[in-house]
Amino acid sequence: MLDQLNEIEKSALESLAAIADQAALDAWRISTLGRSSPLMQVFAGFGKLSKEDKPVVGAAANRVKVALESALAERAEAIKNAALAKSLEEEKLDVTLPGRTKHIGRLHPSTQQLRRVLAILAEMGFQVYTSREVETDDINFQMLNFPPDHPARDMQDTFFVEAGDRGDNPILMRTHTSPGQIRAMREAVATNPQNPPPIRIALPGMCFRYEQITARSEIQFNQVEGLAVGKNITFADLKGTIADFVRRMFGEGARLRFRASYFPFTEPSAEVDVECFVCGGKGCQVCKNSGWLEILGCGMVHPNVLKNGGYDPKIYSGFAWGMGPERQLMLRNKINDIRYFWGNDVRFLEQF
Amino acid sequence: MKIPLSWLKDFIDLNGLSVEDIARKLTLAGMEVDEILYAGLPMPVYKDGEKHEFKTNGIAWDKEKIVVAEIREVKPHPNADKLTLLDLFDGKQEQVVLTGAPNIFHLKGAGKLEKPIKVAYAKEGSTLYDGHADGQVLMTLKRAKIRGVDSYSMVCSEKELGITEESDGIIILDDDAPVGMPLADYIGDAVLDISILPNMARNANVIGIARELAALTGRELKQPKIEFKTSGESVNDLVSIEITNSELNPRFVAGLIRNVKIKPSPYQIQRRLKLAGIRAINNIVDATNYAMLELGEPLHAFDYDVLKARAGKNKIKINTRVAKDGEKLTTLDGVERKLTAKNVLVCDEKGSLSLAGVMGGSESEVYDASKEVLDAKGIETKPGEIPQGKITSRGKSTVNILLEGAAWNFINIRRTAKQHNLPSEASFRFSRGVHPALAEIGVKRGLQYMAEWAGGTVAPGLVDVYPLKPKDSVVEVTSQDAKKLLGIDLTVKEIAALLERLEFKCEIKDTKVRVTAPSHRMDIDEGVVGLADVLEEVARSYGFDNIPVTTMADALPPQVGNPIHEWEEHLRDLLVALGLQEVVTYRMTSVEKESRVAKYDEYVRMANPIAPEKSVLRRSLIASVLDVLEKNIRLGESLSFFEVGSIFEPVKNNLPNEPRKLAIAMTGIREATAWDVKDSAKLDFYDLKGRLELALSGLRLTNVSYTATESTPYLHPGKAAEVKVNGQVMGVFGELHPLVKEQYELGDSPVLVAEFDLELLRKATPTYGIMPVSEFPSIYEDIAIIVDESVLADKIEALIRQTGGKTVTNVRLFDVYRDEKIGAGKKSLAYSLTYQAEKTMTDADAAAIRNKIVKRLEHEVGAKLRS
Ligand SMILES: [Zn+2]
Repeated sequence: MLDQLNEIEKSALESLAAIADQAALDAWRISTLGRSSPLMQVFAGFGKLSKEDKPVVGAAANRVKVALESALAERAEAIKNAALAKSLEEEKLDVTLPGRTKHIGRLHPSTQQLRRVLAILAEMGFQVYTSREVETDDINFQMLNFPPDHPARDMQDTFFVEAGDRGDNPILMRTHTSPGQIRAMREAVATNPQNPPPIRIALPGMCFRYEQITARSEIQFNQVEGLAVGKNITFADLKGTIADFVRRMFGEGARLRFRASYFPFTEPSAEVDVECFVCGGKGCQVCKNSGWLEILGCGMVHPNVLKNGGYDPKIYSGFAWGMGPERQLMLRNKINDIRYFWGNDVRFLEQF
Repeated sequence: MKIPLSWLKDFIDLNGLSVEDIARKLTLAGMEVDEILYAGLPMPVYKDGEKHEFKTNGIAWDKEKIVVAEIREVKPHPNADKLTLLDLFDGKQEQVVLTGAPNIFHLKGAGKLEKPIKVAYAKEGSTLYDGHADGQVLMTLKRAKIRGVDSYSMVCSEKELGITEESDGIIILDDDAPVGMPLADYIGDAVLDISILPNMARNANVIGIARELAALTGRELKQPKIEFKTSGESVNDLVSIEITNSELNPRFVAGLIRNVKIKPSPYQIQRRLKLAGIRAINNIVDATNYAMLELGEPLHAFDYDVLKARAGKNKIKINTRVAKDGEKLTTLDGVERKLTAKNVLVCDEKGSLSLAGVMGGSESEVYDASKEVLDAKGIETKPGEIPQGKITSRGKSTVNILLEGAAWNFINIRRTAKQHNLPSEASFRFSRGVHPALAEIGVKRGLQYMAEWAGGTVAPGLVDVYPLKPKDSVVEVTSQDAKKLLGIDLTVKEIAALLERLEFKCEIKDTKVRVTAPSHRMDIDEGVVGLADVLEEVARSYGFDNIPVTTMADALPPQVGNPIHEWEEHLRDLLVALGLQEVVTYRMTSVEKESRVAKYDEYVRMANPIAPEKSVLRRSLIASVLDVLEKNIRLGESLSFFEVGSIFEPVKNNLPNEPRKLAIAMTGIREATAWDVKDSAKLDFYDLKGRLELALSGLRLTNVSYTATESTPYLHPGKAAEVKVNGQVMGVFGELHPLVKEQYELGDSPVLVAEFDLELLRKATPTYGIMPVSEFPSIYEDIAIIVDESVLADKIEALIRQTGGKTVTNVRLFDVYRDEKIGAGKKSLAYSLTYQAEKTMTDADAAAIRNKIVKRLEHEVGAKLRS
């Protein structure tokens, strides 16, 4: 009897090993473990066995049954895995084929850079103030300490607008965002003429200069100015604010230097150079081998400008600084031609 | 302004400072050095990775190989007529050198020279610029055979040594040049090219820069020694001066020198002038230029004998006055100038002599007969060539000179120089302000150099008329002032010390420094502005780098944001999210360009347009985005652009209105194609409308309606709509009119455009608040109805919503269908309805509402339910 059981086990395991699909497996299960299978017949004939044989044969039959059942489970698992592996293999894609895209939109690079600058300025407490693009000579120049025919006007070649004879106050395209300084100060003074409030604003916008359009010069460009006016503002504060801005804009390690300079509407005036971030200051094409990049102009607001804005220069002081988002992008991204910005070629725009 | 280092050293000891040290100090103090040009001095060598500081150019001269030598004889070349052989001594040995230099050729075959000629001699292996190449090309001197004669060295020209960019002939050094000395030690130099800011005109000269360097280094400024002998009749007895308008001409100084001999200036002088970018002409012209570059006072030399002849037996009476309108003067460039009453003239009894401060007149200019013809800028014209300017035929060279140094109103000079397009070294300086104090010292310096270089004798005295002395600016400064503006703690003593370095006179009185501006400065005011002027000088002298870095302690104004700006940025974000590319275009355009889209009678016109296509300010943003679309039409299968910006509506003789607008233009295919997506459906009216609907809902606008319009000329009359919010028109959109599209190259696809007024849109009331999401299940149901073509979809939707009330929470049109079965002139509209209530709805509840809706539609628009 025991021999018969061993034989059943051996032949069942052998046939199981050859099985490769679910149908054969089901057939094997019926023929091996089904009610009419030889093994089950052993269980069925159990009652006929002697008292001594019963425990021995019972134990052996149970062992064979457990063994066959576990072999079946194992085999079933293997077959399932094989089938899965096969189907996964068959579903394999060429992952190098291009994906399906969308027509997407982007902001113009100047808008993107303006946002970066304005976001930093907002964190520093400078809020956006915008003003008109066509201005009068007095607001664009005279109030900002550029008298008519002053040599400083050579620094800003100007587009004039036909508007009849207005004498010394023609209408023009603003050459900088600084007329906004006068407008903002006057608005602030109007709120409290006796004790005008402090000002901290950012002035973004398009400016215009009469220049030939070349790779290096454009007739229009964006500018962002920062202006702070209060009773307690110093050149040292200007340096601190610029250093803070430059750190946020160009990174922790950006070295900078202040060079004395001249703008009619600030005094003292300075230009700020940041260590060339292309070459790290060793000298390259971008920095014209100087190791420095000129990134902004700044200074303490000129007493005449404070006065014209309605702030008493004996009580108030302030500082202002200005920079060009397009120039920043050109330096940062090594753009060698400023005409790209208003050219609006999608092959340029899509790179931002 | 180009300043040779050797010249600076006349006025300040620069030992121990490298060229770059000097350039750095000047740059940080506001005199930015754009470039350093080496002309002989050793150049800095940068190891790999070392920091450069300045744009650098030029060459260093090898001290072993390039030396001073003397030519002892000029012999003919045996095989070449145009070449000569020079017997030359280089301090150590005799050399034979081959040259084709024209300025030595006349000595060929003259035998041993009585007085040897001193030259710059370069030996084999020297690095020089190639004298025959175009531009500056470096070369190394190699041994060669030229027409059978061995050549291993050369006598150099200025081009070869990098002193000038072009030259003809070799350098002939001064007679006292020490033979055998390395040329670099003798005349090696470096030139600082400095940008002069408009407020630093006082430094557009050598002594100005030296003065700044003295202040920056704490070294002494060596004042120029002005001394010369005088003899003969005093100039005051011979010449008188009258000034008619002292505002325009605050001072006029004149001196006289007799018996000068016109010839070339000493080579050292020529070299410095050339390095400074000025041509060397002759000793007299050079003396005026040299004194100007040195001290900052432009000078003008008159031929005294011409003035004398004009005066006849009378005393020479110079007067300055404004020109009569239409008065004429031939300036020394040979051009007859028509003057206006704003131009100032220097005249004598007979008429005008020169255009004051800008350019001399031709008749009385210094004449050098040996040159035969001289043109405007003194450029020699070779015999036979047609002169650029005029031909002088006075016959005799000038021997007596009246030298003018004056002060002029800078605004007036600036206008005159612009009016006549005459930028010159003189007008550059006068138009930025030259202090009247410099007139006297300038004339004296000019006379001194003429006496030294041209051998004349100076007449005693100066005619000096000085009707308008500028007031010395006096400003009082306290420590508190420095603290308040600059944020630095300085004692009055320290303030005074910083200013005295720049030649301010300082008197300390208790807590105040009384500061008087030096006499070369016109940029220091008084009062509150003067205080800022002086504190700027304190800061520069102190060094901007030494000023501390602090955080603003002043009160932070209330942070209120800028709602208008933020709203526009939000709109940009919405449009980008909808797949539109932002563009930014020129404000300036042309009427022709815009008239393709729309015609306007009035424009804001540029008074000085830079080009015809940029002659007016745009009135239409649509035209701008269509230009961009046209430009890119071949660059993408689908293009969608928008621009947010101002347009300009003219207001007669006043500032224009600058309303903010949004424009959109799109064309191409709807979906991006891919290797398995071939759908090429084109964008049409409803694509643009869908984007606008999403954008408007993103702006939280409700009660939006769309009405067909035929009144927008650039839109297709059947595919155009007005967008209204709360019944007010905000903008229009639709397909571009075929006749407009025809004017562009825009491909075959429909072009969709939209234009909105942003102020109206921004002011439309947004709706806030979010509907709660119901816990009860919704019931969805589709109904299809058949109506006449003329019934508009929004009418049907409105009826459904009105009838359904609150329970019908969504009405979505999902199909529009036409066919024969429905019948001609009819259409089927299929809607998906959502029923939702604050309870679980049954099908019966929904059916009841639906029946009401269908009845209403049957009654109001003759609809039939489609089975
Ligand atoms: Zn660099």
